[in-house]
Amino acid sequence: MSMTCWETIQAYGLRSIGIGENLLPKTDFTLCQQFTLIGSGLIWNVYFGVLSLAFGFFLANALALAKSARSPWLRKPAEWFIFVFRGSPLFIQFFLAYEALVMLPRAGIEIFGITIATSWTTKAWAGALFVMFLNTAAYSAEIFYGALRSIPKGDLEAADAYGISGWQKFRRIQWPTMLRLGWPGYTNEAIFLFHATTLVFFSSFPAFSQRGDALYYANFFADKTFNPFIPYPIVGFYFICITLIVTMVFGAVNRRLNRHLPQNLKSRIRLRPQLVR
Amino acid sequence: MLSSCADPKAIEGLSWLFCYLTSGKHIDFYWSFLTVLLLLAITAPAALGFGFVGATAARSPFLPARMLGKTYIAMVRGVPDIIYFLFFVIALDQAIEYLKFLAVCPAGSPLPWQGLEFRVCPEAKVPLSTSSAGWHKAYGFLLAAVTFAIVFGAFAANVLYGAMQAVPRAQLETAEAYGMSHKQVFRRILVPQMWSYALPGLSNLWMILIKATPLLFLLGVKDIVYYARELGGSKTQAYEFPHGDWRLYYFLGLLVFYLCMTRVSEILLGKLAGRLSRGQATAAGEAMRKAAA
Repeated sequence: MSMTCWETIQAYGLRSIGIGENLLPKTDFTLCQQFTLIGSGLIWNVYFGVLSLAFGFFLANALALAKSARSPWLRKPAEWFIFVFRGSPLFIQFFLAYEALVMLPRAGIEIFGITIATSWTTKAWAGALFVMFLNTAAYSAEIFYGALRSIPKGDLEAADAYGISGWQKFRRIQWPTMLRLGWPGYTNEAIFLFHATTLVFFSSFPAFSQRGDALYYANFFADKTFNPFIPYPIVGFYFICITLIVTMVFGAVNRRLNRHLPQNLKSRIRLRPQLVR
Repeated sequence: MLSSCADPKAIEGLSWLFCYLTSGKHIDFYWSFLTVLLLLAITAPAALGFGFVGATAARSPFLPARMLGKTYIAMVRGVPDIIYFLFFVIALDQAIEYLKFLAVCPAGSPLPWQGLEFRVCPEAKVPLSTSSAGWHKAYGFLLAAVTFAIVFGAFAANVLYGAMQAVPRAQLETAEAYGMSHKQVFRRILVPQMWSYALPGLSNLWMILIKATPLLFLLGVKDIVYYARELGGSKTQAYEFPHGDWRLYYFLGLLVFYLCMTRVSEILLGKLAGRLSRGQATAAGEAMRKAAA
């Protein structure tokens, strides 16, 4: 049975989220099938990347503030959290989280007579997302913390001189400046977070009924065809596209954050290697 | 194995734990930590070498060398490194077998890529199917180490290229004014001076390299992750040391191992940064000069 490429896209385009043809191809492994299935897996990479970045941003701000707080009750926990998540491999964090989540009672936890189901936490969409959320929060918090510390002294003194203090000072002076200074670093974090999403289905989180991410399908094809020269470059191509989109979106935000500065002072975003976590 | 551990089911408590932790498989587990350290010991200098060659090539006035160097540096941007890991391990293996195929297989043998298979004649297999298990292990490890060196070499090239660009132009011009040739400027001024600028990037890279070592598991090497999964999985009464699912504790152990590695590296690299900043025309060097005065 041979399908046209359009039929293949219809059958496998949303395979990774369980829509369309369930049976994976067994014989031809055409270029079109590889492009479609790997692209379908990319849905998961985007899902993990976008959601953990969106949630992680808020936790990162809180952590950065806690780390620069004077009280050790706030500072110490934040420092430890950041150290643990930045100092250990994401790969091990996935394993650890999975084993911990599996140990939760199967029947669910009973609180005030209401049973809370636990089995969903061991699924990748929840468990892996949670780990990535904490991980990116730790990395971003360190970036924001560094930015917070490098706010020019004069800006803060000017705020004091104008009688701006407390929450107002933070809202109108410190926070925007922190974002502006930390943004190039944060852009890199976002790019490499997307790259890190390829680890999800290679660590403990199983891909149920072979619904995995882009790398999962690429690996599937490489195993079946003994030819790594087609599937892996395809994932590479998809990720270059993701990197370009992230750079564009974050670049637009960067321009907005820097809009009040003279042209020649604007910071450009440079890609720095931060690959594996 | 100790004589008191001969019958593990008869003993309890601490002595059971002691016997459990000194069982043959656990000794293998402890050795696998050395595998990780060995990988770091091989990969770090190799990657630095690859990086140095890459960065030098990217600065070369000879166009093809420059393009090759820049392509190598650009390779790791935009694409997750794990893809390179998975790709290179197969690609290198096939490349080696293909070269051996050209050399040793009888003339007229079919090409190795046949349909959905890669098959060479038995004499061209690497390692030979008759060689010992030790060879197979060593070959797998070496393949992984070369892959790590290639990928991290690209990152190191990126850092070193930036560091070479960061060496103040005036220093190089002064050297030229003294009549040094290009080669002499490179060897006597550029290379010694660049380390101070390269160190932050290289430190970062070292941390990343440490955290990348669990990927050995994906490349089929029996590393600490492999043993943690094997040993931690629940064991029935059929085993000498039956226990429940202890993988969580084993992975906690690995987490602590990595955190210690990171912390020790941070401290050592901090000291090294201090040494390299001495007398440099940088903010850190200036601060040291003022502190001493």
